[in-house]
Amino acid sequence: MNSTLAILAILDGISYAALVFLVSVGLSLIFGVLRVVNVAHGSLYAFGAYLAATFSLAVAPISPWLTYPALLAASIVIGVVCGGFIERFLLRPLSGQEDVLQLLITFAAFMIMDNLQRLIWGVQPIFAAEPLRLLPNIAVFGVSYTSYQVILLPGVALATLFGLRYFLRRTLSGAVILAVTEDREASTAIGIDAKRVYFVTFVIGASLAALGGALASPTTSLVPGMGADMIVLSFAVAATAGLGQIEGTALTALMIGLTRAFVIYLQPEFEVLVPYLLMVLVLLVRPFGLFGAVQVRKI
Amino acid sequence: MQFLKTAVAAGLVVAAFTGTSLAQTKPSELKIGITTFLSGPASVFGVPAKAAAEMIAEDLNKKGGIGGVPVKLSFIDEGAGGEALVSNYRRVVQDEKVDATFASISSGSCTQLVPIAEDLKVMNFMWDCGAASILETKKYRYNFRTQANGTPEMLAVLLYLLKTKPDFKTIAVVNQDYAWGRESWEIFSTALKAMKPDVQVVAELFPKFGAPDYSTEVSRLLALRPDVVLTTSWGGDLDTLVRQAGQRGLLQQSTFVLGIGESSIQRLGKDLPEGLIVGARGDHWFLHPEKKNDAAFKAFNEAFKAKTGAWPIYPVYHMAQAFKALQTAYDKAIKSNGGNWPTREQVVDATVGIEFATGFGRPITLRPEDNQGLEAQLVGVTKSVPGYDFKLLDNMMIFDPKVITNPAGVRSVEWLKTLKPDFVKMDVPTFKAQ
Repeated sequence: MNSTLAILAILDGISYAALVFLVSVGLSLIFGVLRVVNVAHGSLYAFGAYLAATFSLAVAPISPWLTYPALLAASIVIGVVCGGFIERFLLRPLSGQEDVLQLLITFAAFMIMDNLQRLIWGVQPIFAAEPLRLLPNIAVFGVSYTSYQVILLPGVALATLFGLRYFLRRTLSGAVILAVTEDREASTAIGIDAKRVYFVTFVIGASLAALGGALASPTTSLVPGMGADMIVLSFAVAATAGLGQIEGTALTALMIGLTRAFVIYLQPEFEVLVPYLLMVLVLLVRPFGLFGAVQVRKI
Repeated sequence: MQFLKTAVAAGLVVAAFTGTSLAQTKPSELKIGITTFLSGPASVFGVPAKAAAEMIAEDLNKKGGIGGVPVKLSFIDEGAGGEALVSNYRRVVQDEKVDATFASISSGSCTQLVPIAEDLKVMNFMWDCGAASILETKKYRYNFRTQANGTPEMLAVLLYLLKTKPDFKTIAVVNQDYAWGRESWEIFSTALKAMKPDVQVVAELFPKFGAPDYSTEVSRLLALRPDVVLTTSWGGDLDTLVRQAGQRGLLQQSTFVLGIGESSIQRLGKDLPEGLIVGARGDHWFLHPEKKNDAAFKAFNEAFKAKTGAWPIYPVYHMAQAFKALQTAYDKAIKSNGGNWPTREQVVDATVGIEFATGFGRPITLRPEDNQGLEAQLVGVTKSVPGYDFKLLDNMMIFDPKVITNPAGVRSVEWLKTLKPDFVKMDVPTFKAQ
């Protein structure tokens, strides 16, 4: 592989990693705080994508630039409405129960949302590419790239990463979340409303999943089953990083994105295997993930 | 005397029962079990096909049904997968006691259900699945395929490419990583190697089924600059690939061949440029050049558009073929049975070797040696036509199925290896878009 192809592969890897990070980080955040593996995360991604496409198609005739706020609005709506509902009415009643029950209830939510998605948006693929078309293409060594994928998506991913870091480590609300994560009983004893923290965290995590879907919607066809695929990939990334590790999730997403891109250039037969092969290799050596630690809960 | 009366009574009873076994009582309804995708990505085919089945059954029943018996449909979701599909199929056959089944869309589903249909002795029409191997490895009594298989479907697309772009030197493939993606490429590449061995395959890409992003594949193809890019992908995967390739200029750089792209044309709308070669898994096109002025064809298409909001795509026509085959088989069996309602075995006997015509394409024959349907293949190239917000097919060729289907008893790949470059020179009629 020459240096030109290597640069192309790096660009492709970064673009893919950005999207994977945006989806996976919500899953990781929710696990870090609530200790719940949210199987419905994939459905939140799919709902975010579908609602963003619906909003985009509705506002595009007024002004194509309105499609960008439409993507953000869709993410927030899904995060608050669907995420809020799942946490308040499905997970909270099971608080303190065995972990497997929470896993099952989010799985049930996933199945219900998968059917709801078909009822609302049907089964035919939906495509709403207006936000992508607004930005120009750029040429790298004669190969055309959309700036939406190689500039905007990585930019949003970086902004999310540093925004989350700032929020959790430099703001009072973030400190409260960290306190509950470290020791729920102690933080409750000093007057922190842990239930509210769980609710807010779940809504943020759900919004991030929906944001991933919304940002993916201009680049891909929205089809039934898209949520199932994404939950598997997100789980592989989060598990490889170590559940609850935000920076770890970013690095793992980048690692998977770059490896996948180079594999497509060099040995495309192994493309499908890449995330899972990496996960298995990492977990064999470090059972708590690349950045995870035994019995230590971090976000 | 008493003995004589008893003997006569016994004789009448025996005669009555014997008569019953020769002429079945006409049932109140003819039950058909249909497997189709109602969930998952392949529901882009399954849901329109279900709508077509309901429409056809309703129309059939208005006209008196089959042999005077109305049809009743039971649907099974193929999307439920493996064990659920099998148990639902058994339930429909054994509990609901359907008279025939149409199974399935997926070749995987067909592979699972064909032996079960044989075991349960229920007549089954493989109405959409394309794996040639199913009928090549074993002779079945109760299973028939009412359409072509992947071999003539891919061969027709390759022949069109070789006829219209004979000078290409390099090719790349981007197919979904599952049975159809792999098998269709094996058919295409084997035939290509036999008929044009100088072509170099520069990339074989098999992204994950349902992949949301093809950016890396597109980058690689932009860098490799192949003369031709083949894809037999379908549904959302094909839509995404075509759109991402179009946004980055790949569709303009290479000649794209969409092996079964007919089903995506309407959805892709203006994103599909001119000049792409498109196959249709049969001679299926809502503006079929030989049928477009036929009143019944137009009426069916318009009714389907009114019901679903889209023009029919190939699975819709495949579903119509299954119904027409069933109707033809029952009509033939009833006639052979002196106008009486036939037994199931008589219907199966009557199905062997039938020819039927939906009126939506050329007639289809079920080859008696292996129950494989011989169906014409339509391939065309995309073109903008005023009045349509999506591309139409132009320069359409319709290939004769008897010429491009492997002979019964010969495995597809083995037959494809025997093809010579002169095979391309066959005469094929060409039709303009309008």
